[in-house]
Amino acid sequence: MDNTNTNSFQKQKNKEEMKKQLITFVLMIGFTIVAFAIVATNAMDKMFAVPLLLILAVVQVGFQFYYFMHMKDRGHEFPSVMIYGGVFAAMLTIAALVAIVWW
Amino acid sequence: MSHDHSLNPETMPEDPAKATLEGKNKFFGLWFFLGGETVLFASLFGTFLALRNSTAGGPSGEDIFGLELVFLMTMLLLTSSLTSVYAMYHMKNNDFKKMQLWLGITAFLGIGFLGCEIYEFYHYITDFGFTFRSSAFGSAFYTLVGFHGGHVVFGISWLIALMVRNAKRGLNLYNAPKFNTFSLYWHFIDVVWVFIFTVVYLMGKVG
Repeated sequence: MDNTNTNSFQKQKNKEEMKKQLITFVLMIGFTIVAFAIVATNAMDKMFAVPLLLILAVVQVGFQFYYFMHMKDRGHEFPSVMIYGGVFAAMLTIAALVAIVWW
Repeated sequence: MSHDHSLNPETMPEDPAKATLEGKNKFFGLWFFLGGETVLFASLFGTFLALRNSTAGGPSGEDIFGLELVFLMTMLLLTSSLTSVYAMYHMKNNDFKKMQLWLGITAFLGIGFLGCEIYEFYHYITDFGFTFRSSAFGSAFYTLVGFHGGHVVFGISWLIALMVRNAKRGLNLYNAPKFNTFSLYWHFIDVVWVFIFTVVYLMGKVG
């Protein structure tokens, strides 16, 4: 067993990665609870609540993409292009559809 | 297959899901697909946002949505996202049994989510008479949330098929990419749900 050391090194690395992902999960649950609490307690005016809810969602989704789906790791240029390309098209689509009903 | 793709701890590659060309292609293909899915769901979200106040005298979101159930569904799906991360963690450590166990928990949580959603729709239809045909809001709501639910159904079926098909094979370089691809898809379903609970339910309750 020549490479037992590399393996235990890799295992250690995987473990640290898992720890980060667990912290990510706790943060995501936290964001979710805050978002629900804002709405359930009527703590805020609609004008503040809606942008805040959207920011909480975007941050949580960022965690999901970068940590759970490993977009922060090396070799994820293509996934980034795909997702940001998708987000760009998504923004245009939503803006267009919402703008149609304003007229 | 001409090569022996079975894994043992000595020859274990760093990331078994991307050690073969097929694995790499599956990874790229799935992300390509997710880029398209983003646009698909954007059009459904855009439609919903445009029509969410067009209730045609029928019930509005504020009248029918119950935050408790939505919170429970959110917790189920968020946790299932974490359990699939655990499954991939055990895959990288070449522990097939633990991977299967965590994938099983993921499927279980997914089915729990689906049960809640079926109950939710049933509740809206029977108690409020709120159907797909009630109003433009109804059509947009059921299309958006139903499309997501359909993705969950597909995901659970995919997962169960993977688990059963590979139950006796153990982990190897041929099926590791399949499990990894599924887990990315499952995370994306959770991403979509984050926007659904924010835009549809929470913003619906705020008004």
